[in-house]
Amino acid sequence: MEILLSQLFNGLSGGSILLLAALGLALTFGQMGVINMAHGEFIMAGAYTAYVVQNLLGDAGLSLLVSLPAAFVVGGLLGIALEALLLRRMYHRPLDTLLVTFGVSLVLQQLARDVFGTAGVDVAAPAWLSGPVVVFGTAFPKTRLFILALALVAVAVLASLLAFTPLGRRIRATVQNRSLAESSGISSRRTDRVTFFVGSGLAGVAGVALTLMGSISSNLGTAYIVDAFLVVVVGGIGQIKGAVIAAFVLGVAQSWIEYSTTASIAKVVVLAIVVAFLQLRPQGIFVVRTRSLV
Amino acid sequence: MNLKSFLTGRWAVVGGFVLAAVLLLVVAPALLTPFRLGLLGKYLCFAMVAVGIGLAWGRGGMLVLGQGVFFGLGAYIMAMHLKLADAPASTGVPDFMALISSDGVPFWWEPFRSGAVTLVAIVVVPALAAVLLGLATFRRRVRGAYFAILSQALAAAFAILLIGNPRSTGGSTGLNNFKGFFGFSLRDPANRLTLYVIAVVALLAMVAVARQLMVSRYGELLVACRDAEERVRFLGYDPAAIKTFAYAVAAVMAGVAGALFVPIVGIISPNDVGIVPSIGLLIGVAIGGRTTLLGPVLGAIAVAWAETSLSERFPSGWTYAQGLLFMLVVAFLPGGLASLGPVLRGWRDRLRPAVPAEKTSVPSLSGGS
Amino acid sequence: MNISSARRLVAVATASAMVLLSGCGARVSDDTATAGEGTSCVDTSGSSVKIGFLNSRSGTMAISENTVYNSLKLAADQINAAGGVEGKQLTIVAEDGASEPTVFAEKAEKLIRGDCVAAVFGGWTSSSRKAMLPVFESNNALLFYPVQYEGLESSKNIFYTGATTNQQIVPALDYLKEKGAKSLFLVGSDYVFPQTANKIIKAYAKANGIEVKGEEYAPLGHTDFSTIVSKVKAAGADAVFNTLNGDSNVAFFKEYKNAGLTAEAMPVLSVSIAEEEVGGIGIGNIVGQPVAWNYYQTIDSPQNKKFVADFKTAYGDAKVTSDPMEAAYTSLYLWKGMVEKAKSFAVADIQKAAGGVSFEAPEGTVTVNGDNHHIAKTALIGKIAQDGLIYTDWTSGKPIEPDPFLKSYPWAAGLSG
Repeated sequence: MEILLSQLFNGLSGGSILLLAALGLALTFGQMGVINMAHGEFIMAGAYTAYVVQNLLGDAGLSLLVSLPAAFVVGGLLGIALEALLLRRMYHRPLDTLLVTFGVSLVLQQLARDVFGTAGVDVAAPAWLSGPVVVFGTAFPKTRLFILALALVAVAVLASLLAFTPLGRRIRATVQNRSLAESSGISSRRTDRVTFFVGSGLAGVAGVALTLMGSISSNLGTAYIVDAFLVVVVGGIGQIKGAVIAAFVLGVAQSWIEYSTTASIAKVVVLAIVVAFLQLRPQGIFVVRTRSLV
Repeated sequence: MNLKSFLTGRWAVVGGFVLAAVLLLVVAPALLTPFRLGLLGKYLCFAMVAVGIGLAWGRGGMLVLGQGVFFGLGAYIMAMHLKLADAPASTGVPDFMALISSDGVPFWWEPFRSGAVTLVAIVVVPALAAVLLGLATFRRRVRGAYFAILSQALAAAFAILLIGNPRSTGGSTGLNNFKGFFGFSLRDPANRLTLYVIAVVALLAMVAVARQLMVSRYGELLVACRDAEERVRFLGYDPAAIKTFAYAVAAVMAGVAGALFVPIVGIISPNDVGIVPSIGLLIGVAIGGRTTLLGPVLGAIAVAWAETSLSERFPSGWTYAQGLLFMLVVAFLPGGLASLGPVLRGWRDRLRPAVPAEKTSVPSLSGGS
Repeated sequence: MNISSARRLVAVATASAMVLLSGCGARVSDDTATAGEGTSCVDTSGSSVKIGFLNSRSGTMAISENTVYNSLKLAADQINAAGGVEGKQLTIVAEDGASEPTVFAEKAEKLIRGDCVAAVFGGWTSSSRKAMLPVFESNNALLFYPVQYEGLESSKNIFYTGATTNQQIVPALDYLKEKGAKSLFLVGSDYVFPQTANKIIKAYAKANGIEVKGEEYAPLGHTDFSTIVSKVKAAGADAVFNTLNGDSNVAFFKEYKNAGLTAEAMPVLSVSIAEEEVGGIGIGNIVGQPVAWNYYQTIDSPQNKKFVADFKTAYGDAKVTSDPMEAAYTSLYLWKGMVEKAKSFAVADIQKAAGGVSFEAPEGTVTVNGDNHHIAKTALIGKIAQDGLIYTDWTSGKPIEPDPFLKSYPWAAGLSG
């Protein structure tokens, strides 16, 4: 029973980490069709932001709270720079964006190594996140609870942004039919840029969350990027709810399979499940219905 | 001479082949030390993969991010055979296996004791894997970004599987320390030279096959699938079959390249087949010009050579260079260096608006989504 | 040309290649005859001699291997300042192994055949060593490998200056047994070192009445340890034996602490965490945990004080020194000792002279074993302190003779088979 509960929690927790990493991608990939391989490095940038902020402020609790918005801005600015300098001219070639952003990710990783050194750095977790909360004899690490809450808050904020604000309306309109949206007077140019800011900013937030879990080094992002893309692909393009479901399902599957086998086998089995699932639903869990043939 | 007439002119083609053969088979062995010649042999293996990528990606619009899988299949099949052939006759168990476990040789190694089975498997296994995968994805019209991400995830899973089973695959070390190649000692420089010659011949043969496919009716259908898949479907063709065939040809080329890589380089490890090397294989193709016949070959050789010589001087410089190449070439020169001439001509013409601009022959590219 | 003629071309070419092969190539069976192929091209006629450093300066292992490069460089500079080896100045040829076994093999060949270096120093992962081994054997060259490893290997072309299993893992088990551990949980990365180490640990446990309650492997670079830590916690062993590598340690120890496990209740003994790694893991997450090595920065000896001071002068006050760095530093001095004893840079002469060469290293006196090319060294179990340094808690007292195949341990019979 205790194992059942803790494994379910581990799965949800793994899912929430995946979700944080994938949320921004769901936005940028969904809206613009841009396959941003550098998203992982934006996560890394967020993690290093937390490191820098902690070194400046000293106090672990305060610096965590300051890092979250700071990393959002750092990630967002990186995203805007990428969009303005490279991706702007490539919207008609979505596959090529994958290669260009892969190049960006290589450069950012090497840059991180040259600036912060090759050795991993540590961000201390605040005292109020240290240790577990024990319920029914099962220990739930506080950091994981915090990340779970953070992911849910991020989803809630993003979902209400999309549902209730004028910006959200513009974004949804552009996702569903770009040219129709443009002819209705929506500046897709500006919408794209804002979307990229928000999506990349979320990567920065994910980076801060990851500092609570593991090491901060230049290859932090590479560990998450492929899984994050799988979440988006399974969830279906242009859908937040799809990404949420996909992240939690994959997270729980990973931790359950890992419990009865090994971590390596679990990774491979989860991938096989994804391929099989795409056979059934090539467009993911949820599809935005359009009249486009493609 | 422009590219199109080069591709079609019969004598130019034959002449080109003879010239390449002379350069690679006579000039290079005469000028290079055995060590550098071995490196060139390795570059040729990458060039073989590039020929296939040029076909699948440049012509077919399929962004194949997982060619490392097929390269790895060919390489590991060859490596398994070489390890089994080297194994002491008394036990028949390769050295690394005897060291780490006492379970003996896994059953799926056994077929590769036979040299003939190995040679057939090097072609058939990657082809079969690609056909299965291609049909599964293309029939369900999974394409564009979805296909790219899936093929990438596949490369990741392949590497994880290899690393996770050290008893049977050598784990992160991979397989190395091969003494012989079908009975011939790999320590003998004469045999290593022969291996190089085989690589040259294989590459030239692949270029010939690719050229034949490109100028054939099939080649036109493939390009049509890339540019307007729905229209091809409406015309009564099956785009899934057309694309799967190109994907399978590319897979076989990668498999053969991997099989030759093993005796030439002397090691195969998961590091050579995972996500990063798989994408790394693309950069040469992009630089050379993905839609052309020779662009991918020359690009791949040039990039591999640049990596070796640059990393000898500046350890971290290569990562920057590779990243910048991806960014700049793909974003600003999608046709690769092969399109540099026409692009420059286009600029010149734009600078002199009085002269009616001649239509440039940059191979068209679409995102393929 | 059409496809069928292209096929014909392939067939003809393959046939001619086969003819070429059978014509002049040596068969595997007459391999011994061609071993002379590895004649050295080392040039010792001038006033300097070339040596090669082969470390990962890029990729995931650069974190660790840059530090080894630095201490090798320090040793070479010191030797040069003191007049060189046999009156010849050392010229360093440095190559990047890029954290990939394939690159290590290629660069090793380049150093030996292209640059004609007298000896190569470097390598870190077992993968890199195993990739280089055939290159050094077939070219009959010398490699000095400075990292603790899984044993069961002894090449006449490699000198192993890090610990083998009976100088690190076996003493660590002795230590745990002494502290009263009756059960163990094994956690490791999924590759050859942890797997071989755990094989040895299980044999030791069986012979000493220690129960192994679980054995878990994580893929290299794995970052989510919630499931593994759950299993560790549920098993409730007296101690955990940790053979995780690199970044995984960070995620593991953070998870371990957050799950409410402590060094007092269930200590985690690690064999791959040195002074360098402690900072990245976060001192708070690992303080009080034991580690097993043969050298710590805190060793109180004049040789070590000088080594630490020299290192800090060269690379900055914030730098720490660790076991692999010390072993690398020592390896260059041992090579110098061998050359001076042999009065020759030739590989055969050095191999002959190597046995008994000894050096007052920062870790203490080390002596080369001429039979298995490992060195005798003292085992030290240390505890990680609040200042991020490691302090010796237990010592084997005297140098332990290297025994890579564990031949002198009855319980290990059948392991190396």
